[in-house]
Amino acid sequence: MTGEAIAFYVLAAITLSAGTVVATSPNLMHSAVALIPALLGITGLYVLLNAEFVAGIQVLIYAGGITVLILFVIMLTEGGTGLHIRQRNEQAAVAAAVAAATAAVLVAVASRTPWAHGAGTLPSYTPGAIGQSFLGPNLPLFEGTSVVLLVALVGALLIARKEIRE
Amino acid sequence: MLLDWGYVAIFVVVGAGMVSLPFAIIALLSPRGTSPHKRDTYESGMEPIGQAWSQFNVRYYLFSLIFVVFDVEIIYLYPWAVVARSLGASAFYSIAAFLAILVLGLAYAWRKGALEWS
Amino acid sequence: MPWYVELLRAVVGTIIIFSGVAIVAAMLGVLLERKISGWIQSRIGPTHVGPRGVLQTVADTIKLLQKEHIVPRNADAVIFASAVVLVPLAALLDYVVLPFGTTRWGPLIFRDLNIGVLYFAATSSLIVLGILMAGWGSNNKYALLGGLRSAAQMVSYEIPIGLVLITIALLAGSLSTVTIVTMQAHLWFIVTQPVAFLIFLAAATAEVNRAPFDLVEAESELVAGYFSEYTGMRFALFQLGEYAEMFAMAALAVTLFLGGWRGPVLPSVVWFLIKLYALVFVFMWVRWTFPRFRIDQLLNFSWKCLIPLALLNLVATAYVVMVVQR
Repeated sequence: MTGEAIAFYVLAAITLSAGTVVATSPNLMHSAVALIPALLGITGLYVLLNAEFVAGIQVLIYAGGITVLILFVIMLTEGGTGLHIRQRNEQAAVAAAVAAATAAVLVAVASRTPWAHGAGTLPSYTPGAIGQSFLGPNLPLFEGTSVVLLVALVGALLIARKEIRE
Repeated sequence: MLLDWGYVAIFVVVGAGMVSLPFAIIALLSPRGTSPHKRDTYESGMEPIGQAWSQFNVRYYLFSLIFVVFDVEIIYLYPWAVVARSLGASAFYSIAAFLAILVLGLAYAWRKGALEWS
Repeated sequence: MPWYVELLRAVVGTIIIFSGVAIVAAMLGVLLERKISGWIQSRIGPTHVGPRGVLQTVADTIKLLQKEHIVPRNADAVIFASAVVLVPLAALLDYVVLPFGTTRWGPLIFRDLNIGVLYFAATSSLIVLGILMAGWGSNNKYALLGGLRSAAQMVSYEIPIGLVLITIALLAGSLSTVTIVTMQAHLWFIVTQPVAFLIFLAAATAEVNRAPFDLVEAESELVAGYFSEYTGMRFALFQLGEYAEMFAMAALAVTLFLGGWRGPVLPSVVWFLIKLYALVFVFMWVRWTFPRFRIDQLLNFSWKCLIPLALLNLVATAYVVMVVQR
């Protein structure tokens, strides 16, 4: 096994085991905190795919931003912290069956698809290349993103301020 | 490039070990008290009243919400900054438009009092 | 190179950086802080341990190692314990991309990553998580309040820091810290970017929760803030994290604005340390001189002053680089 393969399996194991805690822990706070290793595991996978810049974003936005937001939200909810909740209900068996079937289909598709085994190396998405593409062919998308973010901000403020007034 | 990140991975693993090292020393050296009040929550010497885990000011949430939006905006500027020198004046106006929309968002939040702590 | 040589290099490098930061930033930093605060307040500071008290922090560390460590009954044991590893580890991760000097074989840096300054921003943003976890995990009112305040403050000041990093990346045309230092061969960026430098210093002071932005651990109202419940060596690890982050911020400022390791005659590492300690002195001077902000003033200062200013500065710089200089 190559070093890269070992790294992949270790990172996948970290991500999946942390993800299991997120989905099953009866303590909301533990779920949220377990998101951190899960997100960092995914960061490692991005690095393995030569996408350093995306890995940086993953840590800065998801681990450092969104998780903080989630922690704040949990602390805001009345009795949300320190409380034991059930993440499973009586339909767990049905859900497991559906999930297993979906997984089976995905594995079947992935193993039957004749993947093209390129001989070359992965393209390296450096920040420079991404910047060229932002201000070159993808300029409308780039500007569009900023409008989307403006709309998101205005919407978030409208909703949050309504809650404050109430 | 993967080699770089291999180094970072080692840094994390060895570093976590070094940060945990003092705990091994503590386990050997530190005394263990048996007083029943030893493990009480500290509240300036009073008996703690209730739990600390309760509802918190919605303001914190609002600020982190605005932060996430700005954080995402800023991320888009990194790739631009790296290539800016090789791009011309037209690229400047594109980025100025991008930033103008960002400023519009800041102005909106300011105007609506979302940046006030009250 | 064979893989085991690389592995050995990485392990040795990590151990050097960890021990170096523990000595240069934490032990020497705390000693300096006490000496400088004493000097500013017309006291003497520590004098008894070693000549002129220079061994005071060593004695303190040995004392803390023998202290009992207590986990409060009501605390969340898992989160309480992981926070104390996360904070110093995240702070030390910053040092991967900081160049300390240069040698015949190239710059003295753990790893010169392509995404250098973005990596720095990302790892230092992880500290917020550790602080929130410590505050919540303690289940103590002071700790929780301190943790929440700290998180709100740190995220607010990450934005101006990010904008300053982008401004410098724009000038250097790279995110790599080594390239940024190389680009300052003729002119330090502090000359062309004085506003960005001041924004960075103010935001960095707030980012590391130091006075006048220290209402996170305001002794008079919140005991010790998010680490109130931590005793003995765990307390020391939080101190290590805090001082490591302060020195990392100062080192980043040296790298971005003061030409990094560059300087005449003296060896590069010496120059780096001189500039580093000069900035650290400024941080300490400010801490013992200015009164504390209120939380509303603090957040206003970032959102209504630093961020608009940093944006303006960025646009002006972009205009000069992309339109005027072409």
